[in-house]
Amino acid sequence: MALRDGERAGMEFPPATAAAPTVGELFRGFLLLGLTGFGGVLPLARDMLVERRRWLSGSEFTELLGLCQFLPGGNIINVATAVGMNFRGVPGAFAALIGLIAAPTVIVIALGAIYARFQSDPHVVHMFGGLAAAAAGLLVSLAIKIALPLRRRPIAIGIAVICLIAIAFLQWPLVPIMLVLAPISIVLTKRMGA
Amino acid sequence: MNSTLTALAIIFTQLSLVAFGGGNTILPEMHRQVTDVHRWLTDADFAALFALAQAAPGPNMMVVPLIGWHVAGLSGMLVSTVAIFGPSSILTAFALRLWRRFKGNPWRQAVQAGLVPVSVGLVAASAVLIVQAADHTWVLVAISAAVALVATRTRMHPLWLLAAGAAIGWSGFGQ
Repeated sequence: MALRDGERAGMEFPPATAAAPTVGELFRGFLLLGLTGFGGVLPLARDMLVERRRWLSGSEFTELLGLCQFLPGGNIINVATAVGMNFRGVPGAFAALIGLIAAPTVIVIALGAIYARFQSDPHVVHMFGGLAAAAAGLLVSLAIKIALPLRRRPIAIGIAVICLIAIAFLQWPLVPIMLVLAPISIVLTKRMGA
Repeated sequence: MNSTLTALAIIFTQLSLVAFGGGNTILPEMHRQVTDVHRWLTDADFAALFALAQAAPGPNMMVVPLIGWHVAGLSGMLVSTVAIFGPSSILTAFALRLWRRFKGNPWRQAVQAGLVPVSVGLVAASAVLIVQAADHTWVLVAISAAVALVATRTRMHPLWLLAAGAAIGWSGFGQ
């Protein structure tokens, strides 16, 4: 595929050690990733893309992830799209994306059906209550982990706290908050030199 | 039915395009839309669906197809899935081509750095809302607190923590 070669050359990525994956390989690779990624796919994604299948070098992966975090959408969703696009254009992007979400979609719907069916059984209700509490705890832990790097940056903490209060306690809609806070945060962060 | 599907498509397309910092940042808005604005789900339903999505493997946005399915069956699931993953993916595909042009630009670094505090605030807000929705008894509060502590301080696999929470819930202890 000339498109793939051209794009790789255009990206000026250093060559990865393995041959460029086919559309089928992209689908299978991301299908496996979706199936095994319990509690976060991103660490596993690096393992598969860089260490196991060697489709990307470590720096290619980091560069791609930087782009994907900067864009809206799930980071791993964007990584799948970008990797597929990079190697096989639009068909590759579709293969990677559909591969990634196919199995989790089926599993999550099956779990939802179980929940809907046994909703009236008190044991099941309590079990899902406990599960929901644990899932909430995981989210709290994630918030703590990503907030820790800000601890010596009072302005960044201030922006994060304003955002937290506006969304969680005042329950204002997200889009206007983003449109106001993001530019303020970008300008302040740039001025303060970090 | 059709108006429901249209509403699902609009809500998740919008969320797809404002999900800076990943799936967790849009949880509060998703929660507001499906429980307050449209009243498709109760608070407890939303917390349960979120928990189901956390228990399943895969990207953390899997709660979206589940909400679609819950609200409008198979067509709801398909519409929601395309709406949440499509727009951001198309944007990513285009951005990939422009990536190198942005690369040397100091404003790209500034934008990236400036979005971090906002992302942190959004994820923290998600955590607060999900805890409020999920924890109705002291036992559930204790489960959340213990899981948060263990997940932050150790490298224990999240699935074990979810299983422990589910087991304590199943036992009916304190409920």
